[in-house]
Amino acid sequence: MKAAIVVFPGINRDRDMAIALEKCSGRTPRMVWHKETDLEGVDLVVIPGGFSYGDYLRCGAMAAQSPVMGAIRAHAARGGHILGVCNGFQILTEAGLLPGALLRNANLRFLSMDCHLRVERADTDFTSRYQTGAVFRSPMAHGDGNYFADDATLERLEGENHVAFRYVTLTGEPTASANRNGSARNIAGIYSANLRILGLMPHPEDLVDPLMGGTDGKPLFDGISAALSDTLAA
Amino acid sequence: MMKAVVTVMLKTGVLDPQGKAIGQALHGLGFGNVGEVRMGKVIEFELAEADPAKAKAQAEDMARKLLANTVIEGFKVEII
Repeated sequence: MKAAIVVFPGINRDRDMAIALEKCSGRTPRMVWHKETDLEGVDLVVIPGGFSYGDYLRCGAMAAQSPVMGAIRAHAARGGHILGVCNGFQILTEAGLLPGALLRNANLRFLSMDCHLRVERADTDFTSRYQTGAVFRSPMAHGDGNYFADDATLERLEGENHVAFRYVTLTGEPTASANRNGSARNIAGIYSANLRILGLMPHPEDLVDPLMGGTDGKPLFDGISAALSDTLAA
Repeated sequence: MMKAVVTVMLKTGVLDPQGKAIGQALHGLGFGNVGEVRMGKVIEFELAEADPAKAKAQAEDMARKLLANTVIEGFKVEII
């Protein structure tokens, strides 16, 4: 799998992401500066977390208009895989590549803590190494992670099974107290219609080694690496 | 040269926790008659354009493309 990590000014989780991708795919990802416009030959584009352009105007609003976005849109249009984490998820919604928006956390606090995520479906290229309904731990760190979409969009996401992860308790219950940022229907992550674009607020890349305190996030990177490894020969 | 003033507000029905917090603080200061508070943004810019109608159309285009996220926000453009 050839992965590229897009780096915007103000992004700070790019190196964590590079470690996770390299560990699970065995290949060093290419770091792509936001002014570059060529993603030729890339299997997976990753937009990492951080505070692109200082979160000015709205989180992800400036990044969504930057030069590299043209290449990311073209990658999406040819059915390429994209992973957006935290600010990366916000950028994908601002760019219109995923539906909805991320609002200020309902309690107005920046939330830096672990959460538990339930895998809503295990038949995608991202989640094949988990079981449907499995619960895994993930760190999260954001001020604007409150997922919002209008009712019609939420119904469509549910009906077409495009919800990727929900905030749940240890035992997998999507309760209000497990939903710290106030997201609609406890939604932590969603897929595009072709299941090749995944956006989520928490940081599974920060739990991929026992030295980090756990490996709960590793199956996600193992899964996508395995799914895209066939394209190596192409 | 004209000046455009774009006011961006969260749409009705979108939770505005900052507005709520401001409302609570105003109640705390004794302004008990304050109802629902909504918080938005104002963006002002100069525009090298002589025709107010053209200036307005251009500012609206900018609001749709960047200044507002129309999934969650509405906007109003004034040319002065």
